Amino acid sequence: MDYSTSLALIAPEIVLSVSGLVLLLVAAWAGDRSARLISILTAVVLGAAFALVAPSVCAGASGPDTVAFGGQFRADAFSGLAKLMIFAAAGTALVVAPRFFERAGAMRAEFPILVLFATLGMSIMVSASDLITLYIGLELNSLSAYVLAAFLRDDERSAEAGLKYFVLGGLASGILLFGLSLTYGFAGTTNFAGIAVAVSDGLSTGQLFGLTFVLAGLAFKISAAPFHMWTPDVYEGAPTPVTMFFASAPKVAALALLARVALEAFGSQSLAWQQIVIFAALLSIVIGALGAIGQQNVKRLLAYSSINNVGFILIGLAAGTLAGASAMMVYLAIYVVMTIGSFVAVLLMRDADGNQVEGISDLAGLSTTRPALAWALMALMFSLAGIPPLFGFWGKFVVFQAAVEADLVALAAIGIAASVIGAFYYIKIVKVMFFDAPAGTVTGKGDTPHWALLAICAVLISPLGYLLTGWLGNLADMAAASLAVAF
Amino acid sequence: MGGFPILSVMLAVPLVGAIACLFMDAKPARMVALLATLIDLALGIILWANYDIGGAQWQFTERANLFAGFEYALGIDGIALMLIMLSVFLMPICIGASWEAITKRVGEYMAAFLLMEVLMIGVFAAQDIFLFYIFFEAGLIPMYLIIGVWGGQNRIYAAYKFFLYTLLGSVLMLIAMLWMVNEAGTTSIPVLMEYDFAPEAQTWLWLAFFASFAVKMPMWPVHTWLPDAHVQAPTAGSVILAGVLLKLGGYGFIRFSLPMFPDASAEFGWLVWGLSMVAVVVTSLIALVQADMKKLIAYSSVAHMAIVTVGLFAFNVQGLEGAMMVMLGHGLVSGALFLCVGIIYDRLHTREIERYGGLAINMPAYAVLFMLFTMASVGLPGTSNFVGEFLALAGIYQANSWVAFVCTTSIILGAAYMLYLYRRICFGEQKNADAAAMPDLTVREYLLLAPIAAAVLWMGIYPESFLAPMRADIEILDSRLAAAAPEGDARLAIGEGVPAEEEHSEGGAH
Repeated sequence: MDYSTSLALIAPEIVLSVSGLVLLLVAAWAGDRSARLISILTAVVLGAAFALVAPSVCAGASGPDTVAFGGQFRADAFSGLAKLMIFAAAGTALVVAPRFFERAGAMRAEFPILVLFATLGMSIMVSASDLITLYIGLELNSLSAYVLAAFLRDDERSAEAGLKYFVLGGLASGILLFGLSLTYGFAGTTNFAGIAVAVSDGLSTGQLFGLTFVLAGLAFKISAAPFHMWTPDVYEGAPTPVTMFFASAPKVAALALLARVALEAFGSQSLAWQQIVIFAALLSIVIGALGAIGQQNVKRLLAYSSINNVGFILIGLAAGTLAGASAMMVYLAIYVVMTIGSFVAVLLMRDADGNQVEGISDLAGLSTTRPALAWALMALMFSLAGIPPLFGFWGKFVVFQAAVEADLVALAAIGIAASVIGAFYYIKIVKVMFFDAPAGTVTGKGDTPHWALLAICAVLISPLGYLLTGWLGNLADMAAASLAVAF
Repeated sequence: MGGFPILSVMLAVPLVGAIACLFMDAKPARMVALLATLIDLALGIILWANYDIGGAQWQFTERANLFAGFEYALGIDGIALMLIMLSVFLMPICIGASWEAITKRVGEYMAAFLLMEVLMIGVFAAQDIFLFYIFFEAGLIPMYLIIGVWGGQNRIYAAYKFFLYTLLGSVLMLIAMLWMVNEAGTTSIPVLMEYDFAPEAQTWLWLAFFASFAVKMPMWPVHTWLPDAHVQAPTAGSVILAGVLLKLGGYGFIRFSLPMFPDASAEFGWLVWGLSMVAVVVTSLIALVQADMKKLIAYSSVAHMAIVTVGLFAFNVQGLEGAMMVMLGHGLVSGALFLCVGIIYDRLHTREIERYGGLAINMPAYAVLFMLFTMASVGLPGTSNFVGEFLALAGIYQANSWVAFVCTTSIILGAAYMLYLYRRICFGEQKNADAAAMPDLTVREYLLLAPIAAAVLWMGIYPESFLAPMRADIEILDSRLAAAAPEGDARLAIGEGVPAEEEHSEGGAH
């Protein structure tokens, strides 16, 4: 394979990195005055990358034609679909952020650029088919994310969130790196295909340790229990647009990466990692549900909700089949929409002076004071709880269908029974908004782009979303089929 | 009907109405809601008129490949037709019952009710198992809002209890459905109804479905959400809960549990019988001591639903027909009783039985209609419930006479608590001045109760109109169950008969 083919395959990443560097220079010379312009340009760049990736997803690109740089990088439909979600999520973060930061007086030109580099990192992550590529992508994303979490420098909570994220993230990277080195040491290669060959006749103890540590490190990135402790604090402390970004794009990236590691590199040893994934899935569902019950802050609640949802997505992975991987991608797509919708709704919660309010009690009686916001948030909550006819149900449906088809009926039954615990706090939000007397705090006006985004999300998760099931399922099936699985 | 998608239209009309109501003020919202439900009632009558009795098992079928994984498939048999008729019949009455009682957030209220109607019709008309599940489960959302926003004092607790109880019941059913579809390779309900699952698998599947339907039904001991939900819901909410939502459980048994898992149904017959017997006696006795009118009627619903379950699990035609008739009759009668409670509640704003008394003096017309529905609830011949209860009990008698014996006490106990309720409310002295000053029925209230009274009598005097559409479907179900049906305990031994000559010779001896 010559370099020109490889370079063509990584065209989206080249676009992202070159424009990132150029925009960084622009920001350095033009200063914060150019922040808005750079945001717009970054969004355009993301759009261009999106357009570059989309054809390969629609065509279901797979096979040796998608391998770049001697097997270090794969631009197949699976990574492509994940990239589309990542770019879309990053784009919406750029849309909502400027107004938020301008109001806080902290809009800086670095913000869009950091988002861009984080996106580049994620883009590399999902395409990684080599341990080194994996680590580079992951760290590029993480380092940008640490800065983003602490972006409101004057806000103590934001600084605390950044520091917490950095320390715990550093620890997780260490664990991951340890796992990667064990894997390399006992498999003799860093390439996923090579690892798959090395483990095809059973895992040695060293390889098992390596696998366990790799999974633990990645579990931290997707905030799956028991590696979820950082999530509520970081989500609460980070500026809301950044939280929205954290809850959507990196989840997609890390989960897609996890799926690739599990199914491609260790696909023949699925029994080994299935136990770990099942454990993490059920624990995440239960902890995400129980932890959310006592929360007073909407962002913390959504943090637990994301832990809960990751548990459901992991059930798709636990199935250990291509149908399971496809179900994961469908769930992720719906999850991204629901997450973005929920955080945009949080952004729209402002008091009369335009300050953000985040308390659940502030939502009281919202259905009489701001009916549109209340109805949209109600739809999102029922959707997150997986109650039909809202579209969130479909994500759970496909995931559990994959689990049942893989003969994991007990897992499916326990998982879905635990989802009822989660339903409690979602309907609690609805109760606060609809049944309680108005608190009268959320009275401020929202920005048009926020309303537009909320409307789009609300339409997508409404029953109309079911019309997309065929198309989405098709894309996800092609994406899953493009995984080089060695069952 | 020449390809006119009448079922889809019946779903679309209230849906459009619901969306319109959301954006309207109180007055137009009421009108739109009434109009939409009346259109649906008219469509329902057209549906019944065009239903070909003795024709194809599934009529008015529609199919569209809109989704991945499941189909938009609608179609009805006689059983579904009757339950759809019950829903569309009760809906305009519910809207009428809320006409004056609901004053806050009327648009949203009407929207929630119209949405309920869409979902109920959808449940009965769905021919795809996942489409059924979506409609079945989606009903939680509007009902949660109806109880929580417009309910009484303890509404929040009741709303939570209703939501979580029923959700927990149904999620396991979803897993069972996924397993079934994976096994049988189809999502079509008619096909699944004829698919023979392995007996061991049936056991688990039956239990998963039972968890859902027993809660919806509701069966003792998972009935506790019902009295709370009923008491806290507004009058129309109670009518729709008792009238139609409770029927979802019975419909589920008759559509899924029995035809799809006949062996497991026979295997677990004792469980259903046992729970039903306990329910009949225990909830009737609980009803007897209630001080709250709505709670009393709610507990009586549990007892009546127990008659439905024994009828269903009698495994013979009488039992099944009786169960369906009790469902229809109970839908009308309990709905009417809740309306009767609502009428006096609107005047005095209390449901305490003690606060009323001697209403027959100042509200004679009310007392007459209330008497009719009380008698119907007891199961007096000539009213709808008699037909159903008699058939159901006759059916279970063939299967097990002890179960029949215990369940028949429901008639006696029912008479006890209903007549006791009636005596305390309508007869006796007028001990409370405010209750004695209440005016009799208004025109609107007449319009609500009179159609139900007519239907109750019609069903009691000429039940054939209602049995005829269901007959063929129940026979199909009965033949499906025949192989698995447990042996009755009657052990009738057919005698030899006296040879003809002897008879003659004996005769000659005289």
